[in-house]
Amino acid sequence: MAVNILMPALSPTMEQGKLAKWIKKVGDKVKSGDVLAEIETDKATMEVEAVDEGVLAAILIPDGTENVAVNTPIAVITAEGESADAVPSAAAKPAAQAAVSEAPTVAQSSDLPAPPVITIAAAPDVPAGTPMVAMTVREALRDAMAEEMRADEDVFIMGEEVAEYQGAYKITQGLLQEFGARRVIDTPITEHGFAGIGVGAAMTGLKPIVEFMTFNFAMQAIDQIINSAAKTLYMSGGQMGCPIVFRGPNGAAARVAAQHSQDFAAWYSQIPGLKVVAPYTAADYKGLMKSAIRDPNPIIFLENEILYGQTFEVPKLDDYTVPIGKARIHRTGKDVTIVSWSIGMTYAIKAAEELAKEGIEAEIIDLRTIRPMDTDTIIASVQKTGRCVTVEEGYPQSGVGAEIAARVMERAFDWLDAPVLRVTGKDVPMPYAANLEKLALPNVGEVIQAAKAVLYR
Amino acid sequence: MAASASSRSKTQKTAGPAEFNRDQELHAYREMLLIRRFEEKAGQMYGMGLIGGFCHLYIGQEAVVVGMQMAAKEGDQIITGYRDHGHMLVCGMDPKGVMAELTGRRGGLSKGKGGSMHMFSKEKHFYGGHGIVGAQVSLGTGLAFANHYRGNGNVSMVYFGDGAANQGQVYESFNMAELWKLPAVYIIENNRYAMGTAVTRASAQADFSKRGISFNIPGEQVDGMDVRAVKAAGAKALAWCREGKGPYILEMQTYRYRGHSMSDPAKYRSKEEVQKMREEHDPIEQVRARLLREKFATEDELKAIDAKVRAIVAEAAEFATNDPEPDPSELWTDILV
Repeated sequence: MAVNILMPALSPTMEQGKLAKWIKKVGDKVKSGDVLAEIETDKATMEVEAVDEGVLAAILIPDGTENVAVNTPIAVITAEGESADAVPSAAAKPAAQAAVSEAPTVAQSSDLPAPPVITIAAAPDVPAGTPMVAMTVREALRDAMAEEMRADEDVFIMGEEVAEYQGAYKITQGLLQEFGARRVIDTPITEHGFAGIGVGAAMTGLKPIVEFMTFNFAMQAIDQIINSAAKTLYMSGGQMGCPIVFRGPNGAAARVAAQHSQDFAAWYSQIPGLKVVAPYTAADYKGLMKSAIRDPNPIIFLENEILYGQTFEVPKLDDYTVPIGKARIHRTGKDVTIVSWSIGMTYAIKAAEELAKEGIEAEIIDLRTIRPMDTDTIIASVQKTGRCVTVEEGYPQSGVGAEIAARVMERAFDWLDAPVLRVTGKDVPMPYAANLEKLALPNVGEVIQAAKAVLYR
Repeated sequence: MAASASSRSKTQKTAGPAEFNRDQELHAYREMLLIRRFEEKAGQMYGMGLIGGFCHLYIGQEAVVVGMQMAAKEGDQIITGYRDHGHMLVCGMDPKGVMAELTGRRGGLSKGKGGSMHMFSKEKHFYGGHGIVGAQVSLGTGLAFANHYRGNGNVSMVYFGDGAANQGQVYESFNMAELWKLPAVYIIENNRYAMGTAVTRASAQADFSKRGISFNIPGEQVDGMDVRAVKAAGAKALAWCREGKGPYILEMQTYRYRGHSMSDPAKYRSKEEVQKMREEHDPIEQVRARLLREKFATEDELKAIDAKVRAIVAEAAEFATNDPEPDPSELWTDILV
């Protein structure tokens, strides 16, 4: 059967090229891999190789022809002994070209399909009369991991100093003693490598908890977190998930300067395929960590070093979980909505106490999860108060507060009585000097000021 | 301990390859031919605009993946970089599904959402298909970690190129793999060029079998154009891993005939160099010559194999051309489980 050789595209953007030179002549025998001709584009000279075997029966486009469109027939190869009459005319529209321009499509409409609406079940109410125990965030995290490791043999933890040292911040205290070195694994100081190992293990169905000593060091590993963990499910058409938790302290601690004091909530919250959690109370640390370990998706679990030692009431239940993606109304109020999470909550709570003394009742939403964001809870509150302030330690540009402001503007514009204001970390690398560090972080005064500003008081 | 470590750290050249019997020769011939013809067709379809973006062809390197797979056992995992079509075919993944992924159609193995560099099959133990150079080395070490954790006796075969061999995470992974005695065979496909950069221009130590020395990982250089040599070295490395001795490095000395990707004019090497490799070292021609010389097969029998392989590839191309594009609703699926 005669086969048309078509002008090939040598790059995704090439539309035409020059047929510089024929290497084979009419009548030559060719086999696959033989160079037939040379083609010049604006970028390079490339060779056209034969794919089929046979005889070069006709050259349809001569040497030196400029501006030959991609997919134009340039020559014909026939099987040995086949009549030249079998040569199709150059004018015949090649089937391949038809295939390109008429690739079957499903919908003729160019309308973008709507994204699915994600519904997340509300947190089950803690039964009335449930005893509460006082517990630090540190203990809550440890208990959550221990409970899940007891329940599921596939859960293990790896990271720097998590085993014999008992955790750089003592979050993994006692885990080595209970679960042994097979499941509590000290790694070398190689974040990129062990993050990749964790992701690879998760692809086989294991459920790693990867501790970063701080999320600042996770920048060494961010390619594996985003390109491998977050994207593989989509790139595999849903076949290859990655049930993994990346956890560790995030944001500023105290006096550790620029390289050890960055808040990455906004960075990770931009990535489809990740869930990003940043709790404040010990109860939420415990309940969300247990949910994160059970979740079949990659989770970024952002902790806060300053909160580790703080004590909160935690429900004394055998299996206390908190759903990922649900905000918590920490304090109800009618005058202004303050949205925060993690350490930001400490400023919001103190500010609300001060504002109450002046007769201003702030409603505080503890977002708990940054992605997926519980926009409904924020909107419902803003529809009540008409005013909104966000509080975070991260940077202002493209920060989480900027995202909240955009969503409130899109969905509750008509309810707003003032522009949304953001209280954020300052737009500078974190300084070391105590006075400068204090200036770089948000403070209670700024939150009070912002709340009064949106109330025009 | 010190003595054994120093003796292990020596790298070696493999001895002459073990002979193949008739079945093995025919199997290797058919498998390599399927990759060759598939890749030629993919190149042609790229030229026709049916395949977009990046497309990295495996032509010339077929003996590496075929020989390794002949040494592997069911359950061993495969992970590689972006030059991955051959690895998928040799795992037994459906050529139609691979080609339809290349054309971005709904019947593609990733529903058209991954493309040439991103296909996976848990069932066939193929873990991708990764587009970030070197990332698969840490991920593949993670597969080995999972084997070790589960004690299932499987080995992770981690393929990467001479270019990836200079990435930092490779050495982070080597260190942990040896430290924890993980069952990983690191298969460095040295095809002499990292895109357009010759090995000697990018690598201070161009003997890649030595890259594990400072971690006490043994390594060998293997004639990656001879499928028998690959299989023999692979069997040895896999056995080492299965015995719990930790990882093993195989440097496969191979060659890619085509450019790095489709738009590579390949001006960094001479035509004569490519031609010489094709004429004197072609992995498929070597097997073909032995099959005829040993009278394992006649010309006609080989032609019949060729026709069968061409039919498989033609069917794949036909499917990949006519299969519809993904439904627009697929835009929003598979982001989270």
